[in-house]
Amino acid sequence: MQINENVIKSIIEEVIANLNNENGVAASSCAVEGDGRLVLTPVGNAEVGKRKDEVVIGVAPAFGLTQTKTITKIPHVDVLRELMAGIEEEGLKPRVVRVIKTSDVSLMAHHAATLSGSGIGIGIQSKGTTVIHQKDLVPLSNVELFPQAPLLDLNIYRAIGRNAAKYAKGESPNPVPTMNDQMARPKYQAIAALLHIKETEHVVLGAKSQDLKVEFK
Amino acid sequence: MKSKRFEVLSNKPVNKDGFVKEWPEVGLIAMNSPYDPKPSIKIVNGLVTELDGKCREDFDMIDQFIADYAIDLANAEKVMAMDSKQIAKMCVDINVPRAELVKLTTAMTPAKVVEVIGEMNVLEMMMTLTKMRARKTPSNQCHVTNLRDNPVQIAADAAEAALRGFDEQETTVGIVRYAPFNALSLLVGAQVGRPGILTQCAVEEATELILGMRGFTAYAETVSVYGTEQVFIDGDDTPWSKAFLASAYASRGLKMRYTSGTGSEVLMGNAEKRSMLYLEARCIYITKGAGVQGLQNGSISCIGVPGAVPSGIRAVLGENCITTMLDLEVASGNDQTFSHSDMRRTARTLMQMIPGTDFIFSGYSATPNYDNMFAGSNFDAEDFDDYNVLQRDLKVDGGLKPVREEEVVKVRNKAAKVIQGVFKALDLPEITEAEVEAATYAHGSKDMPDRNVVEDLKAAEAMMARGVTGVDIVKAVKKAGYDDIAESLLGMMKLRVSGDHLHTSAIIDSNFHVISAVNDTNDYMGPGTGYQMSEERWNEVKSIPNAIDASDFE
Repeated sequence: MQINENVIKSIIEEVIANLNNENGVAASSCAVEGDGRLVLTPVGNAEVGKRKDEVVIGVAPAFGLTQTKTITKIPHVDVLRELMAGIEEEGLKPRVVRVIKTSDVSLMAHHAATLSGSGIGIGIQSKGTTVIHQKDLVPLSNVELFPQAPLLDLNIYRAIGRNAAKYAKGESPNPVPTMNDQMARPKYQAIAALLHIKETEHVVLGAKSQDLKVEFK
Repeated sequence: MKSKRFEVLSNKPVNKDGFVKEWPEVGLIAMNSPYDPKPSIKIVNGLVTELDGKCREDFDMIDQFIADYAIDLANAEKVMAMDSKQIAKMCVDINVPRAELVKLTTAMTPAKVVEVIGEMNVLEMMMTLTKMRARKTPSNQCHVTNLRDNPVQIAADAAEAALRGFDEQETTVGIVRYAPFNALSLLVGAQVGRPGILTQCAVEEATELILGMRGFTAYAETVSVYGTEQVFIDGDDTPWSKAFLASAYASRGLKMRYTSGTGSEVLMGNAEKRSMLYLEARCIYITKGAGVQGLQNGSISCIGVPGAVPSGIRAVLGENCITTMLDLEVASGNDQTFSHSDMRRTARTLMQMIPGTDFIFSGYSATPNYDNMFAGSNFDAEDFDDYNVLQRDLKVDGGLKPVREEEVVKVRNKAAKVIQGVFKALDLPEITEAEVEAATYAHGSKDMPDRNVVEDLKAAEAMMARGVTGVDIVKAVKKAGYDDIAESLLGMMKLRVSGDHLHTSAIIDSNFHVISAVNDTNDYMGPGTGYQMSEERWNEVKSIPNAIDASDFE
């Protein structure tokens, strides 16, 4: 735990250093939070992994591209960093793929699980809705479901990554505590519809998923 | 300067709700979209060759299913030639009996029925609902869930909800693997409240079917149908696979209805430019075509979408109407948080409560909303007294009744003890005396001690693996020493053999008699007809505990 935090701290320092080099200005400490840029580069068709120690994160068609923030405006760069850090914290390897053939979070997550060497996958939509899935479950079931995107914060994304890794190791972790805000719907549902419509416009039926090189700039 | 009045107004609850403008190009419009198809039908040798402006070779699978199974073709050409406004007038005309109207309304296309509804204002739609609902006696359904999936609390809440008058009860899970325990606790707890309550556990379809077949539930509702082909495909389904699933339930004597609702297709980003109501009409026709007895609709979990656009709540009432016009049972929504404003949420519910439907709520939260794992209902346990007073004010039967604290405490305690005994008999993790005590007096899960979740999940999985069925549950209740509850549960299992409750709009009374559209047919034709509250029932509704009696004062 301690070591991992140190590793992450050093990564963050490195990111800040890179930022400073690029921009030629001294970045304030809060620059990491929102100003970091996420660069997701496709590096070929995603195949079924052979490593038992990997967890595949399937991101939705518009994630980090035409949409860069969740429904509560958390930058995708931070969300993805936390998910990956959660997996790494448990000593496992995250692999990020872009799912293009669907924007349905359950199908994305299940698809990610079938690509994952460990059989555990995470699906995340641009608006932030997230599912942990296992390849042997039916697609519309799940291991853990986080349907209310407006309630998810970075700590929860970290915990989701951590739990996914624990399932991949064959452990039975306590599920990430379920959040419930009955007033999220009246406030956010129509906006969720708008965001999802915009995401679904980028779906290409039958398209292969792409392995992504992830860079936090 | 800022206006102080506008400042006050901007802080009102209604302004926390999300509102969006119509966007017909992506289907973000409630009804009467300029892109909705125009009604039409062509029939050649008994085969529909054109449906709502589309030729058979251009049909998608939904068109084909509707054209082949959902429309009474014998009358179709005659009805399609009738003026839609004329049919709308007949819907609200007390002199046209329901039985006559059904012959017309089951012989039209989705675009036609939407056009008929489009002619009506909400008052006329409420009139239509009063007249067209299938069962004469209105009823109500509740949600029984909690944030921690605590089985003792589910049993106690189920018993209280039954006492309060809910004829159907639905649970779901926070954690999927808890499903068998939730279903078990609801089944047992509800029977403690009153014999004959129908229960269900809303989870992923395969699990829901297994729970039903094993006898852990009495009916199913979470079989979703959609109004566009792509959304069906995303769900890995077709109308035929859904019909197959429906018959799987029927084959084992399980009541079932489908679920759909305005806004789902646009929320899933595949509305094909159609209005929400038109797409919902297709869902209702799929239900009819599949031979399913009923439908849960009224937007359901997507209510935030029609709720955010103009005329959306009118469209939601419209979809309930169409369901009854196709001679189906309707469980009419009101089951999801819809507004921050008490005024808005009450107005929305009066649309169904005043006319009465087969189930006014398809999930009134019998717990406080913080425990509602359907993400909150439009009314919750904290609204029980308001609802009872609404019934009393208007002399409307909303399906509930006032109850007294001592009887609630008693029935909650018994349910908690019975489930404690069942867990012991089935060799499941212990339910402690402290948990029984807490569940007896609890308002919600914040009042309950924590359970060992990991142990519970392992035990639930093992219970399913060793093939426990409804009969084993009856035996466990008997072993725990509650013969009366064992008898009720056995009654529920016997229903599965007789199958009488598979008729449209069935509920079960405490003597295990079926009340359905067959033996309790809605015959409303104006004042003094249709459902009338009995003297006994009115006394029940009137008797709120805090009403002062003149004789109390000397």
